[in-house]
Amino acid sequence: MQSLPPATELIDQLVAQLRPAITPATVLVGIHTGGVWVAEALHAALKLATPLASIDTSFHRDDHHLGNGLKAAGRVSHLPDDVEGAHLILVDDVLYTGRTIRAALNELFDYGRPERVDLAVLVDRGGRELPIAATFCAYTLSKPLPASQSFNLARATDGQLSFSLGEK
Amino acid sequence: MRNPQLNENGELIHLLSLDGLSREILLGILDRAEPFTAVAEREVKKVPLLRGKSVFNLFFENSTRTRTTFEIAAKRLSADVINLNINTSSAAKGESLLDTVDNLSAMQADMFVVRHASSGAPYLIAQHLAATRRSHIHVVNAGDGRHAHPTQGLLDMFTIRHYKKDFTKLSVAVVGDILHSRVARSQLHALATLGVPDIRLVGPRTLLPTAADRMIESTSLRVCHKLDDGLRGVDVIMMLRLQNERMQGALLPSPQEYFKSYGLTPEKLALAKPDAIVMHPGPMNRGIEIDSAVADGKQAVILPQVTFGIAVRMAVMSMLAGGSAQ
Repeated sequence: MQSLPPATELIDQLVAQLRPAITPATVLVGIHTGGVWVAEALHAALKLATPLASIDTSFHRDDHHLGNGLKAAGRVSHLPDDVEGAHLILVDDVLYTGRTIRAALNELFDYGRPERVDLAVLVDRGGRELPIAATFCAYTLSKPLPASQSFNLARATDGQLSFSLGEK
Repeated sequence: MRNPQLNENGELIHLLSLDGLSREILLGILDRAEPFTAVAEREVKKVPLLRGKSVFNLFFENSTRTRTTFEIAAKRLSADVINLNINTSSAAKGESLLDTVDNLSAMQADMFVVRHASSGAPYLIAQHLAATRRSHIHVVNAGDGRHAHPTQGLLDMFTIRHYKKDFTKLSVAVVGDILHSRVARSQLHALATLGVPDIRLVGPRTLLPTAADRMIESTSLRVCHKLDDGLRGVDVIMMLRLQNERMQGALLPSPQEYFKSYGLTPEKLALAKPDAIVMHPGPMNRGIEIDSAVADGKQAVILPQVTFGIAVRMAVMSMLAGGSAQ
């Protein structure tokens, strides 16, 4: 079984990687749900002046026929008024097949044409099914996590983030 | 017998009536509609959930608003929409309803949105599709005879929830020609299922069902023949359109007479709670069932109803055709 460093350490890691890449106009875009929590932590640590944005990928998921997606109610994307020409950093907790990121990019482009989009994740668990890579990644597993397992991010009432390993 | 709208897993495959749909399903549709309200505010007012699907609007009876909002909803879901104006097509040449359906099915239809003057026509189509093993084609009732208009009922519930949040504390008045109204029937089923404790049916005796409890089964229904009794202290007023043809059947003396007794004027509206909302499914007859001062007033949510109708229809269509495995 593979284990991860504590989520707080991973966030510190990611903050350190992001700091040099941030400009005053950079906007963090958390991907619902875990990515929004991570983005909130990063946003606070980096003391960004730009408002935090969030994105919901339900409309663009490719797995509706598998019974996924469009389940969570009321989750909507909150993107900057002007996506056109913006520097955006998509934030997610775990990078796996890449399908969520593909859907997030499609959703993003429904709002305009950003100048640049980066991807920041806490964990890359391997198992990519699309040609997608993270620009910033706090931790990469040495070998891919089996498909039957998943890392689940949880947020405690005090806002503390933690990963647990789950079996499907 | 299983509800013909549901598959063996209890999932919605057709939307024919709100009768028999659980609270869970109704709330599920309303919840799913929420994110769709934001689609219209994007640069690209389209999502790809029904990409590559063909939606046929079969309107055997005239309707502008309902057909248009269904068309917009389907197009915002990226479906191809084919509008059939049946009055000028094969039906006029004598083709039967089911022959029309068979022909359109042979054109790879994925969904039929049906408006028909006869109650039960959408059921007939759904049954026919099941009997001919074409249950992958979905049917949405866009109003059939005096029976049901489920998407109107749903968009009304969406509107009420938007402004009033909790159904279980509300007093709601439905005013007008309830007896002949498919809109009222769908509204009443939904209001009762969602737990509204005080539902008042308001109108003249000739336009109300003789025994309210026979229209739908609910203990929260109350009949009021006086508009004042019906409106006192309510949170929501749902006006119905007075259909002109009712005048001819000697059910009503005259439009002026009706307005005097049942028209919603600012004075009558003042009987309701100060924050009561006024709804109307359209098209409105100003000066017959509703005064212009009310229709254009602060408490009217008639135009938001139309906007929400698109989101609700997107939710229904995406649940039927964009959702679970076939």
